[in-house]
Amino acid sequence: MSSTTTKTTKSPAQGKVDYDPIIKELPEQQLIQWLRDMLLIREFEVRTMQSYQNKKIGGFCHVYIGQEAVAVGSFAALKPEDPVITAYRCHGQALARGIEPKYCMAEMYGKIGGCAKGKGGSMHLFDKSNNFFGGHGIVGAQVPVGAGLAFASKYIDEVINEGASTRVAMAFLGDGALNQGAFHEAMNLAGVLDLPLVVVCENNGYAMGTAIDRGTTRGDNISAKADGYGMEGFVVDGMDVLRVYADMKKIVDAARAECRPKFVDMRTYRYKGHSMSDPRKYRTKEEEQQYESQDPLDRLMMYLKATTSFSDEQYKTMNKDVRAEVKAAIKWAEQSPEPTPDEQLYHDVFVEEFGPYTGTSVPEMLEEWEKPDSQKS
Amino acid sequence: MANLTLVQAINLALIQEMEDDDRVIILGEDVGPNGGVFRVTEGLHQRFGSDRVVDTPLAESGIIGSAIGLAMAGLRPIPEIQFEGFLGPAFDQICTHAARMRTRTRGALTVPLTIRVPVGGGIHAPELHSDSPESFYAHQPGLKVVMPASPYDAKGLLISAIRDPDPVIYFEPKRIYRAFREEVPEDEYTIPIGKARVVSEGDDITIVSWGASVVQCMKAIEASDRSIELIDLRTIYPLDIETIEASVKKTGRVVVVHEAPLTAGFGAEIAARVMEHCFLYLEAPVQRVTGFDTIMPYYKLELEYLPEAERIATAIDHVAAY
Repeated sequence: MSSTTTKTTKSPAQGKVDYDPIIKELPEQQLIQWLRDMLLIREFEVRTMQSYQNKKIGGFCHVYIGQEAVAVGSFAALKPEDPVITAYRCHGQALARGIEPKYCMAEMYGKIGGCAKGKGGSMHLFDKSNNFFGGHGIVGAQVPVGAGLAFASKYIDEVINEGASTRVAMAFLGDGALNQGAFHEAMNLAGVLDLPLVVVCENNGYAMGTAIDRGTTRGDNISAKADGYGMEGFVVDGMDVLRVYADMKKIVDAARAECRPKFVDMRTYRYKGHSMSDPRKYRTKEEEQQYESQDPLDRLMMYLKATTSFSDEQYKTMNKDVRAEVKAAIKWAEQSPEPTPDEQLYHDVFVEEFGPYTGTSVPEMLEEWEKPDSQKS
Repeated sequence: MANLTLVQAINLALIQEMEDDDRVIILGEDVGPNGGVFRVTEGLHQRFGSDRVVDTPLAESGIIGSAIGLAMAGLRPIPEIQFEGFLGPAFDQICTHAARMRTRTRGALTVPLTIRVPVGGGIHAPELHSDSPESFYAHQPGLKVVMPASPYDAKGLLISAIRDPDPVIYFEPKRIYRAFREEVPEDEYTIPIGKARVVSEGDDITIVSWGASVVQCMKAIEASDRSIELIDLRTIYPLDIETIEASVKKTGRVVVVHEAPLTAGFGAEIAARVMEHCFLYLEAPVQRVTGFDTIMPYYKLELEYLPEAERIATAIDHVAAY
């Protein structure tokens, strides 16, 4: 982590990482769990791509491969009661926050077994019980809502429960969203209202096909923007889960203790295209290979092997388990019932007293048409 | 009972709902010590403090976006937007998040949000401060849209809106903020959302209107010797077609009056519904008296644009003579 006042740190050379002391204190089991969490996201996304290509998943699809360390490391720094919100590339975050893979997969299949009964789809995964407030499709528009979640946490803790503010909200956005007005309004609001909000920009370098320095001022160091909103900005190496955790733990703890917002430039890389239909003509194979060579899963594996007794055999078993879990998720999605208009199309627009909605202006007229001619009035 | 203006009735409803429920929180530009542009939140900051009556930066998307987050987290935020024209910057938040959250999450997350917005012309203000955008929001599934035309309804509808589990856009016709007083009960009461009010009964013609135009309709009716039934919609969406239908089946002649421009104004929806529901009862085509398909003019021509009593009277004659 480096704050805006210090020079940006470069990614460390592999195998020579000097981690923060808090990493050395973590139990081995914790690190192994993070490896499994990242592996689960990776495997889930690989199978998601296959299902999309097999036309089992409709709409659009934005996979998280390459960015796994961001979700896993950031959420490890939060408490379960801390609200979280993100944008459309939300599969990895949903899984890292604890939604079962089968509910995520069925959601993308548009089936009843999905976390929103197949109504939200790939970009709109939600889980209220895990304080995961979505998955949102409009770039940047989720950041003010995140500010509202922070505001609500503070208000409930301080005004309703008459205690100290104890929770921190975390709002993710991509680097493309930095140029949306909603982001700036939310940053200013968080700064001026002292909201306990950690804004994490998952900076993968591209707003769809537009490289950050072509579309964003101070693209070389976006954490400098935080200063304009009276908050601290940080740069974090998002390709290494141990660094993500160590840095985010300090940032989140500070936001909680000070009841103040923080901004994080989380340097990461998506290995795949923006969406499934992206030919990636805007970057080179060499660049992709360079990032893939610092793969977050490999880096954690290397650390585990160097510092613990974690074995290839254990990894093999983990991999087998994860594959089975994702396979079961696919099976759940495939076997889950299809939505029916009667159950799924007309409901949940308003609280039920105002529904259901028929989609025709005079439903009685339809019924009339369906009658045999002899019975028509 | 107290004799209150529409502003005072809203102010009273806000105070009572805030006293009853500490989840209710007000936010907006200058809503605090200043009491808002139209002084609707006057005295609330003094009474409830900065934690519950929150002055925000000038940032409508941020105000509505954060109010949506507050509502998703279980609070009952009431953001104020200063003028209906300033809803534009918040349109994305309203239609992208507020309206869709219940559907998108199958009811797991809802947005019990009341957006208070002064609306309409007649106060010598320019465009963007005199517009009537209610049909923009009525068209978005997932939003309820209300607009009271009297102090009594203003209080009861606002309490319903605040307690409603879904997002409500509560339009306040600024022309009648202080135009007249009405007896308003001290106690809390609700006016159901989705229910129109029959202002005056009649047999010859039905007039359907809402907001400040209702007052103009009353003037036109007073000057007419025909038996006219006036319906104040109170809620634009969900539309109370039953009340309209019952009236039109009696009168067979309909005039719809609103300030918004003609094309795709909510009057078009009412005309279509009347045709669907009462086709065989109609004695004349539905007449609309509306603003023109132009940008709201500056104040010198304001009354030319607004559907004033004289224009309504002409429409009454037309529909009667058809």
